[in-house]
Amino acid sequence: MTLVAEGAALERMQRRELSDRAFAWLLISPALLFILVIVVWPLVETIRLSFTDATLGGENFVGIANYAALFGDPKFWQTVGRTFYWMVLAVSLKLIVGLIGATLLNAAIPGKALFRVLVMPPWVIPVAIGVIGWKWMYNGYFGLISGLLQEFGLVQDRVALLATKTSAFYSAIVTDVWVGTPMVTLFFLAAMQGVSKDLYEAAWVDGASRWYRFRRITIPQIMPVIVSMALLSAIWTFNSFEIIWILTEGGPRGATTTLIIDTYKVAISSQRFGEGAARAVVIVVLLATFSLFYLWFLNRVNRHYGAK
Amino acid sequence: MIDRLTLLQKIGVYFATFVFLLFILMPFIEMIRVSLRPMSHLMTADFTWWSEDFSLQAYRDMWNTVPLLGRYIFNSIFIAASVTLVTMIVVIPAAYAYARLEFPFKSLSLGGFLAVNMFTGAVLLIPLYRVLRSLGMLNTYWAMMIPGVAFLIPTGIWLLRSYLEKIPKELEEAAYVDGASRLYTLRRVVIPLAIPGLIVVGTAVFIGAYAQQFLFAITFNNVREIQPLPAGLFEFVGYQDTTWNELMAAALTGVLPVMLVFLFLQKYLVAGLTAGAVKE
Repeated sequence: MTLVAEGAALERMQRRELSDRAFAWLLISPALLFILVIVVWPLVETIRLSFTDATLGGENFVGIANYAALFGDPKFWQTVGRTFYWMVLAVSLKLIVGLIGATLLNAAIPGKALFRVLVMPPWVIPVAIGVIGWKWMYNGYFGLISGLLQEFGLVQDRVALLATKTSAFYSAIVTDVWVGTPMVTLFFLAAMQGVSKDLYEAAWVDGASRWYRFRRITIPQIMPVIVSMALLSAIWTFNSFEIIWILTEGGPRGATTTLIIDTYKVAISSQRFGEGAARAVVIVVLLATFSLFYLWFLNRVNRHYGAK
Repeated sequence: MIDRLTLLQKIGVYFATFVFLLFILMPFIEMIRVSLRPMSHLMTADFTWWSEDFSLQAYRDMWNTVPLLGRYIFNSIFIAASVTLVTMIVVIPAAYAYARLEFPFKSLSLGGFLAVNMFTGAVLLIPLYRVLRSLGMLNTYWAMMIPGVAFLIPTGIWLLRSYLEKIPKELEEAAYVDGASRLYTLRRVVIPLAIPGLIVVGTAVFIGAYAQQFLFAITFNNVREIQPLPAGLFEFVGYQDTTWNELMAAALTGVLPVMLVFLFLQKYLVAGLTAGAVKE
């Protein structure tokens, strides 16, 4: 009797094995459909449009004319350089500030539970709203930062931080770091809490200093998380649109124009779809190359430190 | 027992934490301060920290300056909630497939989903604009929801998958041996067990949907009645003068409901989110 029942169950299990693939694809298909319609098809369409002179009026095939114009324009290469500088600087700062923040929030001090909650607001509210707050603070007449600088006698006159090229660029960086830091901090904190206490105790018994333990235990142990957060932050920072758009719309005189802002201006503001599409394709190619290289690097790091 | 912090070190940690949190919270403190001061005083006086004229006037006036403010606040939450609902309906089965089933192209297709993270709406705006126009969705709620869903699916699958992997397989096997169908097992065994994980992933998706409404709203919609808060707030920005105090008051009031819910959920959220993501 039991034998028969077991046999039947086994047979059903086997039948299940057979239909696994069909069932799996059935389960995935809604998600796949969304991605195909909203991401893959528009991507293919973007590539096609990049070889046309499409505007609202119509479109003609123009070959590589858009790309030729783009690559021949020194301004474009400036924008590419600025975008990478923007990405590297903002991501480095986010990782450093996030690492310091996580270390502080990980310290065994009373009140840490409250401090952990207080890090989160910039992450939870709409990005645009936090940026409006920063825009006010950068304001030269009544803004907090200009006011404080004058109060401490660091500057004589009011400074409109978003009005000059250099200060606008670094102001946008500060705001971008502010937006990205909470999430980086929380992920680092979680990783730090996952590090075995035994490691620290063993090192302590051997007389290792706090700094030594941080360098030789904490950092290597959370390295996989650092590396993956770096990649995610890099992609988001590269694509970051709202922060710059609300603060400066890419100005003054192009000082904060990154590739994504440039693309938006050409494609949407001036509705030169073909030229905009060529810029979008360049962004995709740059990001894909960067990500692949990075994943290869991540793989090596993981192997080096041993997959956790 | 490992060495404790000395008193001096503790003071150092507190001081550094204070500076760190000041950086994080400064814009909020400043927004609150501005929202409490009358416009005339904000614009005439030089910067001062404290003043005698704090009042809640801006919190009353803002509803008259921008009559649709209540709608904007509602729209933001409505759009984010709808995006979350649709995303979860799509993500749950897919995450289950990746957590439990073996099928051809499994890791390749998962990699494909994750690669979507490389794109943002901004890169694909031109064709998206055309797709939405030909579907008749421009200037409707759909235009602000559908693209949002697509860009949240990959992260949703990734996070939920690691939850579902932790649910013991034996429970499903038992249900199966008792003659339950696969869909029944998914609905009645897996989903109830995964509820804590679903709440965490759902909240994360909601935060994503709530945070990123600006771009799609300013690009795909120009109907004021359905505009979400981040876009609607710009009605306080005039060509000549911006009523900054009311703008700040409206921004703070608008995010308050979500902040309160979030404060309630934060303990589970952070633990769950990071546990899911750090695992690997």
